[in-house]
Amino acid sequence: MSTFLGMPGLPGLPGPSGPVGTAGPRATERGTLRGGRTFPAAARTALADGQLRRNLGHATATIRAKRAAVVAELPDWEALRDAGSAVKADVLARLPELLEQLEANVTARGGVVHWARDADEANRIVVDLVRAVGTRTGSPVDRVVKVKSMATQEIGLNEALADAGIAAVETDLAELIVQLGHDTPSHILVPAIHRNRAEIREIFLREMPGVDPGLTDDPRVLAMAARTHLRRTFLAARVAVSGANFGIAETGTLAVVESEGNGRMCLTLPETLITVMGIEKLLPTWRDLEVFLQLLPRSSTGERMNPYTSMWTGVTPGDGPQDVHLVLLDNGRTAALADPAGRQALHCIRCSACLNVCPVYERAGGHAYGSVYPGPIGAVLTPQLAGMHGHGDPVDSLPYASSLCGACFDACPVKIDIPSMLVHLRSVHVEGERARRRLPTPEAAAMRAAATVLSSERLWTASGRALGAGRLLARGGRIAAPLPFPLSRWTSSRDLPEPPAETFRQWWARTRGDRRPGGAGSAR
Amino acid sequence: MRIALFATCLADALFPRAAQATVILLERLGHEVTFPSGQTCCGQMHVNTGYLPEALRVVRHHVEVFERALAPVADGGDGADVIVAPSGSCVGSVRHQHATVARSAGDEALAGRAERVAARTYELSQLLVDVLGVTDVGARYPHRVTYHSTCHSLRLLRVGDAPLRLLRAVEGLDLVALEGADQCCGFGGTFALKNADTSTAMLADKMRAVQATRAEVLTAGDASCLMHLGGGLSRLRSGTRTVHLAEILAGEGWESLR
Repeated sequence: MSTFLGMPGLPGLPGPSGPVGTAGPRATERGTLRGGRTFPAAARTALADGQLRRNLGHATATIRAKRAAVVAELPDWEALRDAGSAVKADVLARLPELLEQLEANVTARGGVVHWARDADEANRIVVDLVRAVGTRTGSPVDRVVKVKSMATQEIGLNEALADAGIAAVETDLAELIVQLGHDTPSHILVPAIHRNRAEIREIFLREMPGVDPGLTDDPRVLAMAARTHLRRTFLAARVAVSGANFGIAETGTLAVVESEGNGRMCLTLPETLITVMGIEKLLPTWRDLEVFLQLLPRSSTGERMNPYTSMWTGVTPGDGPQDVHLVLLDNGRTAALADPAGRQALHCIRCSACLNVCPVYERAGGHAYGSVYPGPIGAVLTPQLAGMHGHGDPVDSLPYASSLCGACFDACPVKIDIPSMLVHLRSVHVEGERARRRLPTPEAAAMRAAATVLSSERLWTASGRALGAGRLLARGGRIAAPLPFPLSRWTSSRDLPEPPAETFRQWWARTRGDRRPGGAGSAR
Repeated sequence: MRIALFATCLADALFPRAAQATVILLERLGHEVTFPSGQTCCGQMHVNTGYLPEALRVVRHHVEVFERALAPVADGGDGADVIVAPSGSCVGSVRHQHATVARSAGDEALAGRAERVAARTYELSQLLVDVLGVTDVGARYPHRVTYHSTCHSLRLLRVGDAPLRLLRAVEGLDLVALEGADQCCGFGGTFALKNADTSTAMLADKMRAVQATRAEVLTAGDASCLMHLGGGLSRLRSGTRTVHLAEILAGEGWESLR
């Protein structure tokens, strides 16, 4: 049934052969990958929010320290990272074959596999499946319980279900906080990281039916309130929707890794279980889990082992869900896979270690990225999944939302070279602008002029002499005067150094200019 | 050893003291320093902003100039053994970007030449500690100093504790640890302009850590990061100066040795 990369092709759809970074489906109108503002504009608002800054600074510092401690205790951590990276590279190199193997094994064990090219198709499949349960049983399904899942966030499934009159109840504590707060997630692992416990208490008091009005902001009290609230929902649920951390081609087994046990409830209690999984989530063999079940919890929650690991293989007669579906989602992944410089992003296991170590994320927060995938991995994944369309497209600003400090690359459990990918995507953006515009942008013109000067000894030496004019602006050894754009972006918060009386090459010419290598006058 | 200096465009034009101190230091240690005058810039700004065709011109120029510096004198070269730059970031670009830029333009020959130049290009502290085997450079610098380990020195070049070992051996120097020294200062090249607000927020936190040390001097191995940090510290009238690592290693009063 498969064509290139295991996905059925359709004429007219953007395919892997299109230009890198401009291929892939347009983001859905729900904007799960494309925000309304560019990163610098959205970050400016977030940076001014003192409570947000404090919440994020505290939370990321805590989780960074936990991760560092549990990573340091493994002598073979670097070997594990290498193994994780190698397994993922192998998966991507054999994706069509492995996907068909997974499909065959899930089907053989009584599950049903569906293929979705994009978000709309995946949403339609899930809505139809939920409605079919109602038709089959003669009693319509008006709500589903959900396990925390990035894939369903990516496709905007909750909104699609709501449009069809079906309520999706998030059962992960942080997702529940986000949902009750009519908010959007700001972190891959800890979607409510931007909230502190006082704010969570307020949300619960306002939005949780039947909550104890004497609720305190003690974490245990808040968790118990959520537990009581969710228990009724779990027991009444007929359909659950999950994502999957791993899908094992060899056996057809799907795995969900979690901390709260809500996932286990969803995966075992309802009669129908629908799993939406990105096609890159495969592992070839059961044995490969050994590597990832060490890498993932240590990188994400900073735990040696996560509390709940649930695995299911099709249908087990008489035990657990008897109506089991797997929706395999492309949504731009094959376009990313077709780009040799970009496909590493598909190694990602959604641990969010890169977010927690990122100095940009720590200050601007997840909402500034405008995508369900924030942080460093979001800045490389989102442009590949959603495409960069130019003309001020917020997605075009994401590859620039990094100082290229490299902390993300060091932290990544599967060794995704995020800084190099960011640089690559910047060049894709620049080339896109070049192709779209008749006249170069001012930046492009300046870069071109700079390249001319910087590839010529004569022009560079001459511009060094001209620099002395800058000394006229300096007072007390620094330039603090308002300068024209774009230098104003510098002088708004930093002084500029006073240009020196002589450049280095002038000093060299004056003090050592008559020297020849190895010749007279070279020894001192 | 004959050492070709890659001053870097920023030090050449704006921070000549970093390059001058590098010359004085290496000469004091008994080495011969050459300055290939054709040199300009590593091209990192172009690469990191996404302008690869423009970067290619700068990279090609750099490779040509320093290939000649490494060539034997008999062949018209300078016969240099190694190349040094007082910048972790620029050496990072030479080592980790030049060949990639050439390759992405389909110029395999240039990529090979770039790799040969890169293999002999060192950041100053790496050259001193790892190549020349020196940690005590015989300097005296009686000041309270804190050190910021710039991102590219730390994570691209893996200089490790080489700068700290050099600083600890300096006579009279009171080295005080900087909290969160491995966190980015927020410079990031054009990031400082394109994302000026986020960059400034990072700078503000870094300056808070610097000021908590009560150091007179903040040092680092990169003039670019120091320009950012120094620009912020100067704006606040903080009383902490920024001084390039090379100037400290050249020792107090090195200017008089010209």
